[in-house]
Amino acid sequence: MIIFWAFAGLAIGSAVFCITRRSPVASALWLVVTLFSLAALFVVLDAQFIAVLQVLVYAGAIMVLFLFVIMLLNLGRQAATDIKGPLGLAVGVALAGVLGFQLGVLRVAGPPAAILLPPDAMARAAAEQGMVGSVARPLFDAYLVPFEITSVLLLAAIVGAVVLAKRRL
Amino acid sequence: MLLGPALLVSAVLFALGVAGVLLRRNAIVIFMCVELMLNAVNLTFVALAQRLGVAGQVFVFFVMAVAAAEAAVGLAIILAIYRHRQTLNLQNINLLKG
Amino acid sequence: MPGSLLDALWLVPALPLAGFVLNGALALTRPGAKRAVSLIGVGVLLLAFAAAAGAVVGFARLPGGEPVVQRYWEWLPVGDLQVHFALQLDQLSAVMILVVTGVGALIHLFSVGYMHDDPGYARYFAYLNLFVFFMLMLVLGASFPVMFVGWEGVGLCSYLLIGFWFNEQINADAGKKAFIVNRIGDVGFLVAMFLLFRATGSLDFGDVFSRAAGTFPPGGALITAITLFLFLGCTGKSAQIPLYTWLPDAMQGPTPVSALIHAATMVTAGVYLVARCGVLFALAPVASAVVAGVGALTALFAATIALKQWDIKRVLAYSTISQLGYMFLGVGTGAHAAGIFHLATHSFFKALLFLGAGSVIHAMHHAYHATHAHDDAQDMRNMGGLRHQLPWTASLMWIATLAISGLPPLAGFFSKDEILSAAFAQGAVRPIWYAFWAMGIAAALLTAFYMTRLMLYTFHGPNRTGEGARAHLHEAPWVMTGPLVALGGLTLAGGALNVSPLFGGGTWLHRWLEPVTAAADRLQPAVELSRATEWALVLGAVAVAALGIVGALRLLKPEALVPARLAPPETGLGRVLWKKWYVDELYDAVLVRPVMWLSREVLWKVVDARLVDGLLVNGSAVASRALGWVGSRLQTGEVGFYVVLFVIGVLAVLGTAVR
Repeated sequence: MIIFWAFAGLAIGSAVFCITRRSPVASALWLVVTLFSLAALFVVLDAQFIAVLQVLVYAGAIMVLFLFVIMLLNLGRQAATDIKGPLGLAVGVALAGVLGFQLGVLRVAGPPAAILLPPDAMARAAAEQGMVGSVARPLFDAYLVPFEITSVLLLAAIVGAVVLAKRRL
Repeated sequence: MLLGPALLVSAVLFALGVAGVLLRRNAIVIFMCVELMLNAVNLTFVALAQRLGVAGQVFVFFVMAVAAAEAAVGLAIILAIYRHRQTLNLQNINLLKG
Repeated sequence: MPGSLLDALWLVPALPLAGFVLNGALALTRPGAKRAVSLIGVGVLLLAFAAAAGAVVGFARLPGGEPVVQRYWEWLPVGDLQVHFALQLDQLSAVMILVVTGVGALIHLFSVGYMHDDPGYARYFAYLNLFVFFMLMLVLGASFPVMFVGWEGVGLCSYLLIGFWFNEQINADAGKKAFIVNRIGDVGFLVAMFLLFRATGSLDFGDVFSRAAGTFPPGGALITAITLFLFLGCTGKSAQIPLYTWLPDAMQGPTPVSALIHAATMVTAGVYLVARCGVLFALAPVASAVVAGVGALTALFAATIALKQWDIKRVLAYSTISQLGYMFLGVGTGAHAAGIFHLATHSFFKALLFLGAGSVIHAMHHAYHATHAHDDAQDMRNMGGLRHQLPWTASLMWIATLAISGLPPLAGFFSKDEILSAAFAQGAVRPIWYAFWAMGIAAALLTAFYMTRLMLYTFHGPNRTGEGARAHLHEAPWVMTGPLVALGGLTLAGGALNVSPLFGGGTWLHRWLEPVTAAADRLQPAVELSRATEWALVLGAVAVAALGIVGALRLLKPEALVPARLAPPETGLGRVLWKKWYVDELYDAVLVRPVMWLSREVLWKVVDARLVDGLLVNGSAVASRALGWVGSRLQTGEVGFYVVLFVIGVLAVLGTAVR
């Protein structure tokens, strides 16, 4: 529990910093910290494989890509802040606050007890089939079609990104 | 046992992500806040997977894949916009005005 | 054969309708085909008369005397209201169809000569045929709605024919006046129909009249209201007080039209209606008294006006109004047979009078046309001594004059006398009828006077037409004089239809109509008079008529007249009578002008221009623009703004779940 709350606090805190920094590079780096904390939370929640994926893919690849683009566009230092003025600030904070409150209230309306599995179900599954196996096996039988479609999606994304970013078509 | 707190954390992170989208004007920073929202949702799925089965983690797997693709394409678009308009301030990119 | 003609009752109205279609087609495509138009126009009327006669004969042969109702198709099946397109032949409608088709045929024949030089010849006959069709629908209808179709249709044809020469403003105005005044009466008819349906659940004559005695308590408010509303329709269609003002103006139309529509047939529709609804009127003595009273008053009132009119057709128009008053006096008293008898005889001699006048006008027009004079061909002050040039017309019109004055043994004597006797008899039960009788007698005196005046000024004394024109005056061709002779014969012999038992006669018409009037007679029994009283009344009426004629001959001096364009204006009481007691001016000030003011100042300028155009039409456009402007402000093109709206939407959706 202590570990959970520690990393949770770290995640929230770094998220706050992420959205309030003036420099995009700083925001990106704080987001990386948030992602790492989330990976730790995943471990606490018996999703070790996902945690590793989080670090590898999200923190490792996607954020690196972000930093590449920021550097490419020379956005390292910003003269003026790009946070909105007082009215925008008030509106944004208010709306986000309400949203957070509503979502928080809704979390108690959790899943009905009838379909809940026992608390250590995930751990046992992991012990039986191995960490990767427990996620990979459904991937290749129940969720095969989304798996294949995702690969097509990635192909499309690659082609799209290349075409969009070219200087001359 | 950890379900409730995990969902709370996820809610807070999501709200922070929305706040970021509403508060910032730089396109890349807004994009990063969207990634933050996605991660909050991932946390929700993982927390529920602990009690409802491995399907939640499988879904997170897919979310990550799609987020990667989306990031690539999105950043390519931002590059193209920057090349045309020399600015990433979303208030200046308002060709649909009227 | 007669049986099958009874089955083909639909032929009677269908033939004139076919005439309308054919003549109408000719009017649009080959208006110069006068021969074909005459053949069709007159031919269908003669055939219709033959069909009507055949149907009546077939009907008379049936035992029992029950009405024959032919249902053709279901017209208005709406919930509780079941209206069929049905024609009904009974004793009353038999009389009517014979009168309409018979006199109508004669007038059609007359028109061939009268309208010969008119460019709208084909159109005229088309309208005239259409009129006969509607009139037959009116009298043959088996239910109130079918009758109402005919009622409205004759009003339409009246408008079309009065304004036949619509290129002149005064003719078009007369047509409009007729139609509008009629419409006021029609509202009464409609309201009465609604009330009748609500009370009895049906609009068929058979159903309504058989249920009437059971549904309405005698003298009750509802039946009185219904009958008074029906009578309102009658005052419009039959030109009684207060809706008579259109009839004199209707003289703007061609004279045969005046003869057919405004003397013999359309204006009698009101009398027919009251006779047809005899049961209803018998249940409402107050309304019957109103009918009789208004009739008597109108008879007297119109006769006073006729005393001082100079236009020959105007005199006859007021005479018609007056005689219609007699008919209403008859049917209001409950003497339905007497009223219908007078209707028939009146159609004979009034048609004769009008056609004779037409003959005179035709000659005068011819004369003035030849000399290029612009005098009024209808003004009696321009006539005089015409019996030398138009001997046939003069003699026949004298027959009609004596008939309308009520001299025996001509037709008018028997019918008028019966009405007055019935009125006098009712006086014993309700004294106010003595007043009605007195008005009737006074009107008889005036009738004899002004008709003699008409004859005197037109046919006797020195001629005032002018030297050059006089030579061109001559008798009408045989196609016009022939119908006059036929009508003269009917006038002479028509009295035989219903000779009173006083003279040893068999009251044939009364007995023929008995099956129709029996129900009403049971509710409102006629009062018997002693033989002595009856003879006294008869002799009194004859004396009055003779007094009128002799008085006119003695007092009036045709030698003192001058042609119209030189005549001095009227003064004193004479002016008031000449100006028709200023009723038209009164209506104009009290009704017409306020309505026109209301229409122009309020309904047009305020309601239409400001409210409808400004507020509703332009206003909705302004509102749309405003909404559009608001909408356009939302299109900022900024993603940030859109995201804010998006988030607000999400919050709203979540909000419903959080509750």
